[in-house]
Amino acid sequence: MASDVTTPMLSEAIRDKIRAFIPRYPNKRAVTLPALHIVHEYFRCVPYQAMAEIAEILEITPAEVHDTMSFYGFFPQAPIGDVRVWICRSLSCMITGGDEMLEHACKKLGVRSGQTTPDGKLTVEFAECLGICDFAPAALADDGRIFGPLTPEKVDAMIEELKKDKDPVDPTHGLGSSAGPATPSRPEG
Amino acid sequence: MPAFEPVLTRNFAVPDSQTLRAYESRGGYQASRKAITEMDPDKVVQIVKDSELRGRGGAGFPCGLKWSFLPKDRQETFMCVNGDESEPATFNNRLLIERDPHQFIEGILISCFATKAATAYVYLRFEYIHAFRIMERAIAEAREAGHLGKNIYGSGFDLEIYCHRGAGAYICGEETGLIESLEGKRGWPRIKPPFPAIEGAFRKPTVVNNVETLACVPHIIERGADWFKSIGTPKSYGPKLYCVSGHVNKQVCVELPLGVTTRELIEDHAGGVWKGRKVKATVPGGISMGVMSADEMDVKLDFEDIKKTGCLGLGTAAVTVMDDQTSMVDYLYNTSRFFAHESCGQCTPCREGTGWMYKIFKRIKAGGGRLEDLDVLTMMANNMGLTPGTTICGLADGAAWPVKNVLAKFRPELEEYIKKNQSSKPLVTPLQKAIAAGTVAEPVALGGRVYPAPQPALRSPGGS
Repeated sequence: MASDVTTPMLSEAIRDKIRAFIPRYPNKRAVTLPALHIVHEYFRCVPYQAMAEIAEILEITPAEVHDTMSFYGFFPQAPIGDVRVWICRSLSCMITGGDEMLEHACKKLGVRSGQTTPDGKLTVEFAECLGICDFAPAALADDGRIFGPLTPEKVDAMIEELKKDKDPVDPTHGLGSSAGPATPSRPEG
Repeated sequence: MPAFEPVLTRNFAVPDSQTLRAYESRGGYQASRKAITEMDPDKVVQIVKDSELRGRGGAGFPCGLKWSFLPKDRQETFMCVNGDESEPATFNNRLLIERDPHQFIEGILISCFATKAATAYVYLRFEYIHAFRIMERAIAEAREAGHLGKNIYGSGFDLEIYCHRGAGAYICGEETGLIESLEGKRGWPRIKPPFPAIEGAFRKPTVVNNVETLACVPHIIERGADWFKSIGTPKSYGPKLYCVSGHVNKQVCVELPLGVTTRELIEDHAGGVWKGRKVKATVPGGISMGVMSADEMDVKLDFEDIKKTGCLGLGTAAVTVMDDQTSMVDYLYNTSRFFAHESCGQCTPCREGTGWMYKIFKRIKAGGGRLEDLDVLTMMANNMGLTPGTTICGLADGAAWPVKNVLAKFRPELEEYIKKNQSSKPLVTPLQKAIAAGTVAEPVALGGRVYPAPQPALRSPGGS
């Protein structure tokens, strides 16, 4: 643990990445969210010391960074798995079985919603509407992969796929060469 | 009425529709060139005003009118594009960005020219990961081709577009919540006035528009306000992307003139109700707009007609269909859970109201309902939100409307559910049990399932 205050947690490369956002906004505080995202992407969490260092770069107080961070249910303080997967539980997904899919995934992985598997590979969480209702009941991985419409079998297959390595950034952005309208097939039964 | 020709989605099926090359080959960036080189900003505002384009984000506020609220003597203006599309069942903005980002950028370009904004922030919800990557690439392409940057088309007009990613908060879709979030603060909506047009992002005059609203703008400039007004119904003009999801055979997003009915949407575009069942209820435009019963399926989905059903409004025109086997208790359980999770906690009626509504529906669902709960719920629903004037933003109205509508339209069903589903056992929560037994409650045990405790994370922060 880098708890020693003399050792900075954020490397110069990360700091430069954060500083690169500063010219985009009229004041430095507006970079808080981008900075939190950068730190989260690198550490898979946002520890307190990182918040203090972000505050230093942006010339605001650590409390202000923490205030913003804690408002969003997005930034964990302990590292999450290599892949984070959200299973939707909002209306369109729930009435087509979203809650059951979440429960199935949790049972299969032996974790509760919001927890990470013991091997550190996968964090499973519920989500309120992911905006992919055309795939309902749907799940979204934090590397952009969309799964749906889910059935218990498809949840199993999804877990298998997610436990493999992270999806390299797909040059076609998951839309294939011809981005025709997505026509997800409806599960039988 | 002539056959409707889709405009917003016209490039969706074109190969590589996200690329600048494909967009320009289909006549893209002609409208922006026309507006910037041949018109002055006030004329663009006037055309949009004449078209009576109403905001597609939910409230349906006239777009041109919003632009004309900006102070005449302003030095600096910001444009914020609301791409924090979090209303359940809505995904039209995602498709607009993913499939045709340049149409959207052209819309921003013309709108910024009209409002004299030199910086536009596209607030995208984090979950739109593909959309973000596509936007970043499209912005870079457009800048390289001279559609963005300094001195666009030699007119002296400058524009930079930046994507700002959210972090999973529904409330940041409220325009002042979005501005607060953009400024790096918690997404708490502001008390209005001052409205963003007077004092918005970074205390400067700011325009906040929805993605779909801006995507309409190039077409209005290209074809004129009269063309736009030839589509749709009185007071609700133009094309609209309707999303249909839930218990239908095909969950789709289709572009239609404003004013189609739910029946047409379900039968003609979504392949009918799944498993050969019948419709019980439909949600007209995201869950905060309330609910319509099966008898109201022939009401036109536009900004005006929908209010006759007692719904809050058109919202985002995202229809969720529920079949005849769906329980209204489940529906209310879901909506109350959503709003209890998403209330920002700033105003007491909303923070407490949504939380208690959720607890009551949870109890009713579990078999502990009382008939007087329904009266308590009605009272709560009538006392939270902008309508009674007890909150800063409209989130609480969205939480109250499903309750109000269901109690008005399906009350006998709820009463029957409560009467029939009475658990004989007293409802003791696992936590109460643990307290009574004097034991320390394990979170895992509270969930009622026993799973192996997860290992501590493998990597710790700071380690390589």
